Amino acid sequence: MTSVVEERSVARTRGATLLELRELAVEYGVGAKRARAVDEVDLAIHEGEIVGLAGESGCGKTTIANAVMQILRPPARIVGGSILFEGEDLVGKSAEELRRFRWRNVSMVLQSAMNALNPVMRVGDQFVDAMRAHERIDRRRALARAGELLELVGIDRRRARAYPHELSGGMRQRVIIAMALALKPELIIMDEPTTALDVVVQREILQQVEALKRDFGFAVLFITHDLSLLLEFADRIAIMYAGEIVEAAPALRLATNPQHPYTQGLLQSFPPLSGPLTRLTGIPGAPPDLRDPPSGCRFHPRCPHCLSEEPALYVRQTTERPLLRAIEPGHEVACHLVAGGPL
Amino acid sequence: MTAAAPLEVRSLSKRFAIGNAFRRSHVHAVDDVSFELRSGKITALVGESGSGKSTVARLLARLYDPSAGAVLFEGSDVSRVRRRRGVLRYRSQVQMIFQDPFGSLNPVKTIRHHIERPLRIHQVVASGQIEEQVHDLLRTVGLVPPEDIAAKYPHELSGGQRQRVAIARALAVEPKVVLADEPISMLDVSIRIGILNLMLRLKEERGIAFLYVTHDLASARYLADDILVMYAGQIVERGPIEQVLSAPLHPYTRLLLAAVPDPATKLHAERIELRKGLASAAVDPPEGCRFLTRCPLAIEVCSRVTPPLVEERPGQAARCHVTAPST
Repeated sequence: MTSVVEERSVARTRGATLLELRELAVEYGVGAKRARAVDEVDLAIHEGEIVGLAGESGCGKTTIANAVMQILRPPARIVGGSILFEGEDLVGKSAEELRRFRWRNVSMVLQSAMNALNPVMRVGDQFVDAMRAHERIDRRRALARAGELLELVGIDRRRARAYPHELSGGMRQRVIIAMALALKPELIIMDEPTTALDVVVQREILQQVEALKRDFGFAVLFITHDLSLLLEFADRIAIMYAGEIVEAAPALRLATNPQHPYTQGLLQSFPPLSGPLTRLTGIPGAPPDLRDPPSGCRFHPRCPHCLSEEPALYVRQTTERPLLRAIEPGHEVACHLVAGGPL
Repeated sequence: MTAAAPLEVRSLSKRFAIGNAFRRSHVHAVDDVSFELRSGKITALVGESGSGKSTVARLLARLYDPSAGAVLFEGSDVSRVRRRRGVLRYRSQVQMIFQDPFGSLNPVKTIRHHIERPLRIHQVVASGQIEEQVHDLLRTVGLVPPEDIAAKYPHELSGGQRQRVAIARALAVEPKVVLADEPISMLDVSIRIGILNLMLRLKEERGIAFLYVTHDLASARYLADDILVMYAGQIVERGPIEQVLSAPLHPYTRLLLAAVPDPATKLHAERIELRKGLASAAVDPPEGCRFLTRCPLAIEVCSRVTPPLVEERPGQAARCHVTAPST
């Protein structure tokens, strides 16, 4: 039996697929209250790449993160599809295999992570704990490494002796990022890592993540509701709506040539900081309840292009689910308007 | 440009005591803040968390008593009014919208109840017309059909709809001033613009003077006519918003602008200097500029003398010895 850990040593070519979700489906609850939070999502992350996953609250983006880490708790469960990490399916792995996989191969930084530090334990000791849970390393060497990691994220190594409450929110979040780096994972999942922080601190942390990524070569799955942030920071962006990925494209292309009406509406929801100012429209209505999602295209009740004046198209929009298809290499859209017709 | 200013703030300060009887110190949450809110104008109050911007809004809403300074409503100081009638009269003119549309509505009362209540308390219309007035208000904020919405409970509405209810409730008393404390930061991205557009419409149609408290410069630019930038309890820059954002004077305003993600410029293009000092410079601050430890422009005088707010360009003022010197 080959464990995920051993697989790592296989020589890799740059840009190989690191993580691949295939028709991943996750449901919450049972019976009438059942809600499909993630519905047949396909997503690939390549080595050393920053992939942004954007969407509104409740669209399923955090559920995807938790599914990859295999930390979904009942009533949530994976009901279909696979999560391939370096070709190996994580779904159905034993608890022990997953324990070794987590943190060593994939680590995670959460929005509230800065509150996840143990308040009565010195920061350095928490590093030691995390490292010794995953590898054989003596305390002194682990502490020295903790100091190095702290310096990497711009914190004085002497602060390893500090308690969490002695650090600011931004510093605590950087401590968590340093911890996520401790075992040199190939992928770091960041779920709204800077949402609770001020813009200046946010910028500092993002710059640091970029610099670290260049040095260490890890990939990042960056989850946020803030599309304007991703347009700057990510290499590729996937847009989620009501449990589905509706568009995925390189960041620059998504910014300049969005195809899905939801993406267009989302981009129309961020006022610019420079250049001419026009009245924006946003998107009418609100995201749907996933216990009872709209038929056909889930965006159709809010879509400005879904009009009963065009009966043929209207019927398809309201009854037929659009599939994600490539309109160009690397640019995929799930929309009846874009696809033209069934392949 | 000479719109009436129903609300004027003069040298407002608020200190909170921290520590114990032996080690008493004070957070200067708001320190010597002056500005005015003009009819039919939106003033944005921008700063990072802990800068004192929410404290300013709460002082104006009479939720706190100021430590010093005055809040003038139509010329008379209301900051120390204690009598119920006086407070009521003030609140019928100055209303507040809070950040959390989930916490600011009573879960066991219908929407009708929330909007009726201020109408009754402040006796805005005769009791026979209350029903009609409730429906009018709901229509004004875009909640239709009003008959259905009025019968619902808060949990039956989305976050954006709830914030619209909060706005309708604030409008019920026909206020001259509305204080909006981060009204969109807890809402989904796709519905934020709708709330901002509603505020723009109310400003234009009703001539309301808005204070828009936010940490988001882009939405401030979209909404506001004027901007106040707060840092560590002080206003460090103020002026017409387009002018301030296109040619900022204070180094903190420049830092904020550089930090905001703007799809027009790439992250890689402009890098900001990493932080050296602490953000919370407001605990018993010594004399001198509070931005000193983070400032790339600091000169000798900055550590000795607190810079005054100096009008360097018409309408645009900053607290900076370097970019807005006082002599």
